[in-house]
Amino acid sequence: MRKEIPFTQSLVAVADQAYFFKSFIRNIFKKGFEWDELFRQSYIIGYKSIGIVTLTGFILGIVMTLQSLPTLKEFGAESYIPSMVSVSIIREIGPVIIALICAGKIASSIGAELSSMNVTEQIDAMNVSGANPIQFLVVTRILACAIMIPLLTIFADAMALVGGYIAAAMNNGISMKLYFNKALTILDYTDIVPAFIKTIFFGLSIGFVGCFKGFTYNNGTASVGLAANSAVVTSSIWIIVIDGIVVQLTNSLLYS
Amino acid sequence: MEAVIEIKDLKKSFGDKAILKGINLTVNKGENVVILGKSGSGKSVTIKCIAGLLTQDEGSLKVLGEEVKDLKEDALKELRCKIGFLFQGAALYDSMTVRENLVFPLKRVLKIKDKALIERRCVEVLEAVGLADAIDKMPADLSGGMRKRMGLARTLVVKPEIILYDEPTTGLDTITSKEISNLMLQIQKKYQATSVIITHDIPCAKITADRLLIIDDGVFIAEGTYDELENSQDEYIRSFFK
Repeated sequence: MRKEIPFTQSLVAVADQAYFFKSFIRNIFKKGFEWDELFRQSYIIGYKSIGIVTLTGFILGIVMTLQSLPTLKEFGAESYIPSMVSVSIIREIGPVIIALICAGKIASSIGAELSSMNVTEQIDAMNVSGANPIQFLVVTRILACAIMIPLLTIFADAMALVGGYIAAAMNNGISMKLYFNKALTILDYTDIVPAFIKTIFFGLSIGFVGCFKGFTYNNGTASVGLAANSAVVTSSIWIIVIDGIVVQLTNSLLYS
Repeated sequence: MEAVIEIKDLKKSFGDKAILKGINLTVNKGENVVILGKSGSGKSVTIKCIAGLLTQDEGSLKVLGEEVKDLKEDALKELRCKIGFLFQGAALYDSMTVRENLVFPLKRVLKIKDKALIERRCVEVLEAVGLADAIDKMPADLSGGMRKRMGLARTLVVKPEIILYDEPTTGLDTITSKEISNLMLQIQKKYQATSVIITHDIPCAKITADRLLIIDDGVFIAEGTYDELENSQDEYIRSFFK
């Protein structure tokens, strides 16, 4: 029996992902776009993640403020708290943490759902009936992630600023007007636009990895858990890699 | 007789393991052909090749006059609209109600937009399989027998010319199994569909088969009516019917 070496397996895995991505792109533009399913998936991915995203953003703002306050106090720089929290949350921490939370919640759920559909032959049933499972299952989920993850991040960023304000007001007695004035005036488009764009890529990677794992893990019920697990791990790695690339690109395009 | 499925010297392997080693089969219009065989003998691979879910390595496979492996994506899709497939586990879409399971192929495959017509087709097939009351239920709320009936209803809703059954009675009790077998026979008469039935359930084969084939280790080793094979001179063939 021919034994495949790990390098060959890696190349095959990359080729499989490239082929899957190609069929995703091709099916976006095919006739019969599944608008209803896109809205349904956007509801599931977006609305049903609001709770966890709100809590995460809110606590993130509080923690950022409480962690920075003692150090800044030492230098008499407490007045920089709103600006510091705002810039760090909106440029980096908000998008990355929310994307990682969504990788855990959404990529795993997509991976497990599609893998279980695969194992129970539901995807084969769609194929054999002449329907298009890529258009119905994959395109809608990936696009819903690419639309909803940026919106969830914006919402979480706002919650983080609220959390930051509450922590600062309780410890420093700052007024709401002054806090938000300082937090928002420090921001310019170089903080907001690259951060927003990278959340779209985070969304695409979460949806894509979840769907790819769900479609490829079809070897019995154990593969449902494996698909979910692998979707979380792989999409988390992609998020970190995309973040690194975007930071490097932003620095070279905007600050060089 | 018009042949709707013609298989000549079909071979299929997975890695180094040969599953089909050159099978030949012709299924005529309106015929119920049952393929019997032990687990792992190549039964499911045969019908998955017919449905275009697997591509053969060698040989010819014509369905409704079309060579399946030569068909482009759109042509294959068109052919699949004429084929119904009842999966072993029924393969109902878990996240959809019974009604949505039936509407799915009508809207996407037959492109029917008329809501009244869609509703009429759904009710008609559910009545044909005796599940008219379950239209708003979720698949998880259905029993094993009901799931098979529902799978059959979803297969029938597009009025296929050929129905492929993958172990339709597996996992069912004897009475329900007999009910499903009789239902398959009624449906074949009512819809004039050609059927290929993969099973190792002998009572099901007895009820449904016009002609039986026995597959063993990737080749057909016997062919005939139920009575002919049950009274075969070959002890191994007879052992399937004991």
